[in-house]
Amino acid sequence: MKKDRLIFEISKKGHKGYSLPKCDVPLKSIDKLLGKDNLRKNPAKLPEVSENNVVRHYVNLSNKNYGVDSGFYPLGSCTMKYNPKINEYIARLDEFTNVHPYQSGSTVQGCLEIMSKTEKYLKDLSGMDEISLQPAAGAHGELTGLMIMKQYHILNKQLNRNKVIIPDSAHGTNPASASMVGFEVIELKTNKRGALDIEELKALLDDSIAGLMLTNPSTLGIFEENIVEISDIIHNAGGLLYYDGANMNAIMGITNPGMMGFDIVHFNLHKTFSTPHGGGGPGSGPIGVKKHLEKFLPVPIIKNDNNQYYLDYKRDKSIGKVKSFYGNFSLILRAYCYIRTMGREGLKEVSKSAVLNANYIMNRLKDYYHIPYNRSCMHEFVLSAKNQKKYGVSAFDIAKRLLDYGYHPPTMYFPLIVEEALMIEPTETESKDTIDHFIEVMIKIANECKENPEIVKSAPNNTYYKRLDEVGAARKPILNCCEYISS
Amino acid sequence: MKIVEDLYYSKEHEWIKVDGNNVYIGISDFAQKSLGDIVFVELPETGNKVNKDDSISVVESVKAASDIYAPVSGKVLKVNGVLDDEPELLNEDPYENWMILIELSNREELKELMNYKEYSDFCDEE
Amino acid sequence: MNKYIPKNNDETNKMMEKIGIDENDLFKDVNINIRIDKLNIPEEFSEIELLNDVRKIANKNSTINQLTCFLGAGVYDHYIPSVIDDIISRQEFYTSYTSYQPEISQGNLQAIFEYQTMICELTGMEVTNSSMYDGATATAEAMNMACNLKNKNKVLISQSVHPETVEVVKTYGKYLNKEINEFQLDDFGGVNIEDLESKISDETGAVIIQSPNFFGIIENISKISDIVHKNKAYLIVIVDPLSLAILEPAGSLGADITVGDGQVLGNSLNFGGPHLGFFSTSKKLMRKMPGRLVGETKDKEGKRAFVLTIQTREQHIRREKATSNICSNHALNALIASIYLTTMGKEGIIEVANLCLQKAHYLYDLLISTNLFEPVFKNTFFKEFTLKYKKDGKKLNEFLYKNNILGGYLVENIYPKMKGYYLIAVTEKRTREDMDNFVNLITRNF
Repeated sequence: MKKDRLIFEISKKGHKGYSLPKCDVPLKSIDKLLGKDNLRKNPAKLPEVSENNVVRHYVNLSNKNYGVDSGFYPLGSCTMKYNPKINEYIARLDEFTNVHPYQSGSTVQGCLEIMSKTEKYLKDLSGMDEISLQPAAGAHGELTGLMIMKQYHILNKQLNRNKVIIPDSAHGTNPASASMVGFEVIELKTNKRGALDIEELKALLDDSIAGLMLTNPSTLGIFEENIVEISDIIHNAGGLLYYDGANMNAIMGITNPGMMGFDIVHFNLHKTFSTPHGGGGPGSGPIGVKKHLEKFLPVPIIKNDNNQYYLDYKRDKSIGKVKSFYGNFSLILRAYCYIRTMGREGLKEVSKSAVLNANYIMNRLKDYYHIPYNRSCMHEFVLSAKNQKKYGVSAFDIAKRLLDYGYHPPTMYFPLIVEEALMIEPTETESKDTIDHFIEVMIKIANECKENPEIVKSAPNNTYYKRLDEVGAARKPILNCCEYISS
Repeated sequence: MKIVEDLYYSKEHEWIKVDGNNVYIGISDFAQKSLGDIVFVELPETGNKVNKDDSISVVESVKAASDIYAPVSGKVLKVNGVLDDEPELLNEDPYENWMILIELSNREELKELMNYKEYSDFCDEE
Repeated sequence: MNKYIPKNNDETNKMMEKIGIDENDLFKDVNINIRIDKLNIPEEFSEIELLNDVRKIANKNSTINQLTCFLGAGVYDHYIPSVIDDIISRQEFYTSYTSYQPEISQGNLQAIFEYQTMICELTGMEVTNSSMYDGATATAEAMNMACNLKNKNKVLISQSVHPETVEVVKTYGKYLNKEINEFQLDDFGGVNIEDLESKISDETGAVIIQSPNFFGIIENISKISDIVHKNKAYLIVIVDPLSLAILEPAGSLGADITVGDGQVLGNSLNFGGPHLGFFSTSKKLMRKMPGRLVGETKDKEGKRAFVLTIQTREQHIRREKATSNICSNHALNALIASIYLTTMGKEGIIEVANLCLQKAHYLYDLLISTNLFEPVFKNTFFKEFTLKYKKDGKKLNEFLYKNNILGGYLVENIYPKMKGYYLIAVTEKRTREDMDNFVNLITRNF
């Protein structure tokens, strides 16, 4: 059976995958209703496929994918934890999927209640005073949070505060988001212990600094011990602190960004709170702020009077809207289910277990790979394949070799400050058995690098698809098949 | 690694070939090797005035984008449009394939560039 | 023990022992001053308790399966083929990450490549990215791209664009010092050409219109395009992708960037999200566009395969110089859109569009004949139209709700000057009986 065809190559004229009712109102001429000039001249070349063949096509495609339920997915900073099935079931209930965002308030009390309660839990977890669930993803949360930072300085007539300090270990979204709000990015170097250099930070401060963006624990998996001091330094200089919540899985119930001194936080519901990644999204990136920034949150805000929830748009200091409607509701619903299922003790257990798993892997691999920062880690760590370079093997090769053993590889070449980086985040949802086996495989690959580097450099060897020509794809981009499908 | 004798070089690994009052600019063999497979070259618009050290072009590989900074000030007279379709030429022969032709506005700036010998030493240190 | 944390005490102890730590070492970098005692989140729920809790809350919602829906205004009650939910429930799709490892992600990559193709076919554009959050954010990103390319900061947006989109565009623009001005409607409910001409200049970087617009009216895109391009600005057109089954696509009429919301392509209403935004442009501009792109290539054995490409535009490589900060997108919703377009196919979407068109016009005529509504705009519409209701629209909707009908959108809630303006959407799901019943109820009681 031919399994590698595009849907357009399966298409046969006259086949159909749908059934629709006949038109039950008197038919009028389309020409007359729309005007001849407005009519489409050539129909869109969409496929024509019967329903059973549609299903078979997508099942074939799904078999060429790897999900969290397929196996271990230690992708650093992405928190690929198990996606609970009950959450999927609930998110698909008619009462939640078939609600129109413009229905009157009294008919959507259920949705608003879920959102309001989720806000309450996120406040508790983050130590923030108010939450907006509107942002659609982590980067969108960053954008929203930085707009709030800017609006704060504008309102205080500090228009010169147009620079944001971002460590060199930060996610690329941080500097990209800062640019989209018109901030200039000042890069702060990480010191030898994998932490911020406080003296260097102090040297950067003046009245042009709007704030500092920080991921804590950082993308190196290291918790910033001096966070309280750093926060005091920034606040004394008139700046605000932004917390990138991508790594919140490490600290739930242990500490929170509010206590650390942060003013603005974003959450990644698709990381910490188990909502599925969907092959790239949708995510959900709520933000939280301290009291003094509450008035800037995007509209609308959910409020409650006399046991009735409602959406409040009357907020004249708000930055405005950052997305249509109220946020990615069905993901907020899944996060609600997750938080309720785990409960206060369960969430703390998540962080403890995630941190133990990461430390366990790091310790057991340190004799085989270079560990750039010799200290304990939080929920993830970065190793360097620089010692393997002498055998002609790169981090990329090792990642590809992991595919042969049935694993999804770690994040590669990130953070940028570690040479030949592989960033490993096991999460709490993996058992000791799984982790032990992964460690054995990593050790085996380290040995292969010495004894049989070719097998690593040519990997993957056991997968259906081998290495791809990424250079060719970028030099002569083919971004759709419009040109070679027949009408 | 190849270094051509009669050219000037910048610390950003660009070569500069003087032709009367104009200069041709390209990237050195060292630069193309460290960039890896070049997949795209973004060239400036002709007629643009550029100052020394302005970012005037971008050379991209699959996983990186590197700015090309103007080694001299002047006006962009011409760009090598062949690179639009065949960016790999910069890998194949970086000295044969120039990128930008600039009309010099300050000849003195040439003195700040390195010659063959200085650039060889510079590369050894890198 | 927790059902999602597979670890007993013995295993925990063994792991700690092996690496020579005890429990107190786990968070030793977290200073004691910033430790918290305990969370205030409630105790854990069993699955039974969770279901009971959530069902109780769910029952406080009314759904469009209990109501007959004539409400649209950007989110529509279209038919969703049953195959969609079955396919997207496959874990290989919904639990996977972004396709950074193409050898084991060909399913996602090929599906998105097919999605990019189908959206290009619909919009008549050359390049489509792999999705954005929604139509409004896609529009804001289009504005940024157009202004960056033109190196200008003045933007004109039509008042006939969806008000939520206008708001989002203004929020995005405000922090990049963009000067955003609106131009007005004419008596026909479309772009007021004279007003556009008076406001546009060679300092304008982007002009944003929507067709069919918020009020349902089809705009004269090619005429607007001429004016925009004469002034050396880019034209951004927001479209309803389903309308493009029968309407000439913006790409053929002069749009430089076409964006829109893909909810209508098989996505549930979801109380406003997640839906998806699509983003299409020309080959000439593709290297400045936001979002991920999937491209065709080969593996080393020569098998056709797909990969994320032209990534140097993106935040993880270009950081502060990236074309956008977008990372997570709406890939699963794009998958839904491609399954929808595949299932309905070439003929099916034309049939859906025609059913919407015919039924909307049937209801329009019927409502006019009641004398309770009068036409306000004279131009052509597709599946949604605006009428002026001569009495109190809020009361009308309350009455309809009691009769299990979800009435139209009250435009005056956002544009107080448009008193009585009532926006009604009719999809292929509405029957003649639904519409007759709707009209009879109104005439009998008002």
